[in-house]
Amino acid sequence: MLLPRPLSLTIDKLPVALVQRVVNQAFHRALQQHPDLFDRLGNEANKRFCFAPTDLDFVFLVHPESKFIHTFRKAAQPRADASIAGPMLTLLALLEGRIDGDAVFFSRSLSVTGDMEAMLALRNALDDCSFDLPRDLAAMAGPLALPFRRIAEVIRHRALKGMA
Amino acid sequence: MELICPAGTPAAFREAVEAGADAVYCGFRDETNARNFPGLNFTREELRQAVAHGHAQGVHTYVALNTFMRAGHEDLWYRAADDAVAAGADAVILADMALMDYVSSTYPDQRLHVSVQASASNVDAIALLVESFGAKRLVLPRVLTVPEIANLARNVDCELEVFAFGGLCVMAEGRCSLSSYVTGQSPNMQGVCSPASHVRYREDGPDMVSELAGFTINRFGKDEPAGYPTLCKGRFHIADDDGYAFEDPVSLDVMEHLDALRSAGVTALKIEGRQRGKAYVAQVVSSLRAALEAPKEARAQKLTQLHRLSEGQRTTAGAYEKKWR
Repeated sequence: MLLPRPLSLTIDKLPVALVQRVVNQAFHRALQQHPDLFDRLGNEANKRFCFAPTDLDFVFLVHPESKFIHTFRKAAQPRADASIAGPMLTLLALLEGRIDGDAVFFSRSLSVTGDMEAMLALRNALDDCSFDLPRDLAAMAGPLALPFRRIAEVIRHRALKGMA
Repeated sequence: MELICPAGTPAAFREAVEAGADAVYCGFRDETNARNFPGLNFTREELRQAVAHGHAQGVHTYVALNTFMRAGHEDLWYRAADDAVAAGADAVILADMALMDYVSSTYPDQRLHVSVQASASNVDAIALLVESFGAKRLVLPRVLTVPEIANLARNVDCELEVFAFGGLCVMAEGRCSLSSYVTGQSPNMQGVCSPASHVRYREDGPDMVSELAGFTINRFGKDEPAGYPTLCKGRFHIADDDGYAFEDPVSLDVMEHLDALRSAGVTALKIEGRQRGKAYVAQVVSSLRAALEAPKEARAQKLTQLHRLSEGQRTTAGAYEKKWR
């Protein structure tokens, strides 16, 4: 399921610095909520992972060991050890472990390239982590935390229904 | 019949318990089990907690120690058996006869199951394992028809467990070395078939090409369902044909034969897939649990979504309804 076109066009128009700020906050908040997130990675924590939503013009580079996430325009093509590309909502569903990575791979809805040992370790680490993005990130919305969470849960419900 | 479910992580274990497993099988984070994949499996402490969680919910935990011990490194397997017993495992699933001997003589009260990797598929082989090591259950290789399974059940003195759903190997379980010819590693010894460290995917126009240790083993056209990057499911050029030489990318599903398996005397149905995510575990376990409890005419409806989770997005009953000579 792709992001609605008007939404992806709007996001694409945002400055990289702004997207980086939001993504960085979300990333570090998620790490606070799940401090053992990268334990399963072992030596693979030193690899650079690229997440490339096919319906957005941004890619996100993650280096677990140094706990950084960096946002780029797609054209920048940052160097990564392993990359995963697919619709944004599919990537988020995988992050939460709501869908099975192998099944999505079999259906050709996502593609993976580069170091598969690292990618598999990351997939398994995320799958064990019990992310719940609406719950985990709601506090970022400050006084609007509750409506943020409710809206995010509705979007997630619809997106997962669309993938079923 | 019991429903035996896979768990590669504690999260998947909890999903399996919640979805209706009678028992969950899992392994340690090393080469003592045949799903030795990066980021997968349990630490000793995670296993102890999983066993406790299972027991609190009335669910058993079986620990797979189902690879063959490497000469000179047997201690790794003996320690794993010690730790599984100490964690309170309800059964250990073993393939190596020397490890069976160690467990049966060191822990005579420990329930011992024989892994599919032991490849025991006839009455005499099973009798030997029961008499020598007190094996209580045997997981049958996926090479037998339902009538053959029924015949075995009548003539052996232990419970039989069969695979009901999930990945399908070529019919040489415990004896397949295809992966090691190309990568140096096999499920029997290192616990991993076609290790991820040797796998690469690349886009070639609209096609996706899978490579194993530098060899191209498959090419999937645009939107063609994909499979695992194992040699047995590679597509090869043989004579004038291009195609699957060993087997197609397809998963096992024998739920149509549920009543026949029950009548045959099968004790437990096993779901393959410790390498799969918790979403797979939750969906497959809950679907099979619902099917097990549904009347025959309502069963198929409970299973309609499962083909989408399958390798190649297709399923087969394989040898259970063997149509070849």
